[in-house]
Amino acid sequence: MKIFPLTLIPSNPNIDFMRVRMIAIVIGVLMLIGSLAVIAINGYNFALDFTGGTAITLRYEQPADVEEVRSRLADSGHENAQVQAFGAGTDVLVRLQAEGEQLSVDANTGLVQEVRETASVPGNPATVLSSESIGSQVSAELAERAVEAAIFVLVGFLIYIGFRFEWKFAVVASATTLFDVLVVAAFFSLTGREFDLTVLAGLLSVMGFSINDTIVVFDRVRENFRTVRADPLEIFNRSINQTLSRTIITSVVFFLSVAALYLYGGGSLEGLALTQMAGAVIGTLSSIFLACPLLTYGFLRVTKQDLLPKAKDEAALARRP
Amino acid sequence: MLEFPRWKYVLIILVVLVASLYALPNIYPQDPSVQVNATRGVVVDEALRGRVESVLADVGVDAREIEVDTEAGNMLVRLDDLDAQTRASEALRSGLGEDYVVALNLASTVPDWLTRLNAKPMQLGLDLQGGVHFVMQVDQQAALERRLDAYAEEARAILRDNRIRYQSVDRRADGAIVAVLESEADAARANTLLAADQPALIRTVSDGRITMRVPESELQQISADAIEQNITTLRNRIDEIGVSEPVIQRQGNDRVVVQLPGVQDTAEAKRMIGATATLAYYAVVEGDAFEAQRTGIVPPGSRLYTDRRTGGPVLLNRRVIATGEEMVSAQSAYDENGMPAVSVTLNAAAGKRMFDFTSANVGKPMAVVYVERVPQVRMVDGEEVRSFRVSEEVISVANVNGVFGRQFQTTGLEKQEADDLARLLRSGSLAAPMDFVEERIIGPSLGKENVERGVTAVAYAFLFTLFFFMLYYRMFGLITSVALLFNLIIVLAVMSIFGATMTLPGFAGLALSIGLSVDANVLINERIREELRAGVPPKAAIAVGYDKASTSIFDANVTGILAGVALYAFGTGPLRGFAITLVVGILASMFTALTVTRGIATLMYARRKKLKTLAI
Repeated sequence: MKIFPLTLIPSNPNIDFMRVRMIAIVIGVLMLIGSLAVIAINGYNFALDFTGGTAITLRYEQPADVEEVRSRLADSGHENAQVQAFGAGTDVLVRLQAEGEQLSVDANTGLVQEVRETASVPGNPATVLSSESIGSQVSAELAERAVEAAIFVLVGFLIYIGFRFEWKFAVVASATTLFDVLVVAAFFSLTGREFDLTVLAGLLSVMGFSINDTIVVFDRVRENFRTVRADPLEIFNRSINQTLSRTIITSVVFFLSVAALYLYGGGSLEGLALTQMAGAVIGTLSSIFLACPLLTYGFLRVTKQDLLPKAKDEAALARRP
Repeated sequence: MLEFPRWKYVLIILVVLVASLYALPNIYPQDPSVQVNATRGVVVDEALRGRVESVLADVGVDAREIEVDTEAGNMLVRLDDLDAQTRASEALRSGLGEDYVVALNLASTVPDWLTRLNAKPMQLGLDLQGGVHFVMQVDQQAALERRLDAYAEEARAILRDNRIRYQSVDRRADGAIVAVLESEADAARANTLLAADQPALIRTVSDGRITMRVPESELQQISADAIEQNITTLRNRIDEIGVSEPVIQRQGNDRVVVQLPGVQDTAEAKRMIGATATLAYYAVVEGDAFEAQRTGIVPPGSRLYTDRRTGGPVLLNRRVIATGEEMVSAQSAYDENGMPAVSVTLNAAAGKRMFDFTSANVGKPMAVVYVERVPQVRMVDGEEVRSFRVSEEVISVANVNGVFGRQFQTTGLEKQEADDLARLLRSGSLAAPMDFVEERIIGPSLGKENVERGVTAVAYAFLFTLFFFMLYYRMFGLITSVALLFNLIIVLAVMSIFGATMTLPGFAGLALSIGLSVDANVLINERIREELRAGVPPKAAIAVGYDKASTSIFDANVTGILAGVALYAFGTGPLRGFAITLVVGILASMFTALTVTRGIATLMYARRKKLKTLAI
């Protein structure tokens, strides 16, 4: 048995992905509905960036009992304080919601010290590692801008892929990207972790990763349509199989580097790393099982004519190194 | 076949050398230090060194090094750790008194030869060095209402002065000003007079009512002025606190972001930022100011001031002609001869006084005094004593060369001087009120931890990837790993050259870009394997593999860049750091994957006559 070249998957896979395309799409639709339901029902544990209010990270000398800290705060009138362990065992995150439409955070200077004193357990004093206070108006605008950013990215994808490939590819690629983001968002909702700015950034960069996978497959499809005489289903199958090893290896390596982030990056980057890990898995699966199958149904059905080299493509290809 | 032009080798070597050079400063640690700056009129010299040493000896802090820069008038005290820095700055603040500003600073230890090449380390974001981050909202509505009130009051004054009887001149809720006249016959005349005096407004006349509207462009100007005014005031305030590298930026239409690295006491910072400046116009009193300064005897009814620009004494009349609160606007402009000037508009009451004064004093000098009230907290016997330090300085002296009232110009200035004076005048007039809408404090120890975490995460991401590649692709894995290392160096260099700010999410972006830059290399290596399996000879397989993979790489990466750009455009602060590292990482990976690895592969395999197999 030869060890080298080392391969994760057989060198010439010939899996008939297209045979299960109906099932794959049904599963995909169910996942999408499930994700939307999860997001709607479960919601998010929104961080301060979105809700406004005050968050204080305390560090204790010895590992602190979260329950005790919570009860101490409740006794002093902060019943709504959320207390959770953060990163290492000695760190605790205390969150206080903003009072109604609180715009200014002038009043919070004293609050931070008060919470520190209240939360200090006898024999185990706390120091303030960091504190944040945000007015509610700032946070409302943030959510708007996040949606704007996502729309901007999707429209950009549609235009670019429509220009480089063909509009059907553009629609499918953008749709699978949106699917990936929604599934990852639902997954994140299930973890119950804090949804903060870095998680938002993570979701937006999942878009980048997931489209990347899909485009590599489509690129092969385009190439094969132009060089191979076969029916579309055969071409799709061949394209997926040819790019399979690359798709999986890239995902594995990407997953590894994000795992490093999750393991060593500390508490505030865990959420971001989680979205990326989920994104690597979902993005890979969707580019294998969903992207090509969608190109065989209804108005999205791709034929050889769709991809005959156009004059502008030829010129563009000739110009490129 | 397998060829690689010589100029590309040269390019690769150049890029790698330059990138290494500019990434280098980032490995030099920064010393926590305290910077001492002299306020005006005091010098920083070797004598001060002795004072500082004795103050530090009293509190038992050892300075690593004290550098005195008499040219720049500052002194840098390098210390061993953050704790010593805190203690030293507190001791020096109370020990040196008010003649010096003591600021926390992270001093660079980058050697001179690098600094001369303009190579500098990346800025560290607040989450990596600790400090305070404020976002303030400027009350644009208030600024607008003040201006509208001034217009309404002017209109009343014009009507009164011209004996036109009116029932009312009022501001309406929609921002219009409506003047209701006693008789319709006066409307046309009133309209002409108002038009002469307030050319910027749009007026409509109908049956004895004159409706005045402020045009959109003017409204935007008012908003822009209000925020700029506040930023200037903030800058002056923060210079007083003594922060080494504050960031004061406008954000959107009505917000200002203030970042104070190293500052931990928000209450103090907020008090400082909330301080106010005002200004006043006074007549200059004839007499020998130097003599007055020497003897301390001033002519009756006058006071002695210092001129900010010359440092010399000026004698001014005690009676105020006009104050900052009465100033409607101050703009840097050009006079009729095209020379830089500052044009000032006062409200009607102050305009009247200005008219009376100038009528009697043509040819005589008039001065503007800038008054700052800076709150102070001093520790006296362990007790906090709060007080205001009021500093008054003359910022401009100019001769009255004609009779004028509400509107006048100060000429005889350089362009820069005009800009500065206009800015000072504006910050001295009542700025729009500001609210703190966001506040973040990051402790210095947390900052240090974040740096360690970020570096560790990136290092492990790199190691995991390296290990996988060496195992999986053998020789080509080694080539890929070299490319990845270059990739990291290029990203660091680009960010350093552009003075980007590194944040914790920035480290995440770096780790992710390592994961993503792998992609291009995998595409290439898999293509080469594929060609080999199809029976293509090794050298040709390398060439074809590269050529075929480049299309996919291009398309896949452009979309990635698109996502990064969107993140940058819609994100703020730390998110931007994340977006920048992603985009730069992708661009660098395109270069390293397509050019660098190909160069190495060509070097290794092109000359081998009988190449049978590839280690891939």
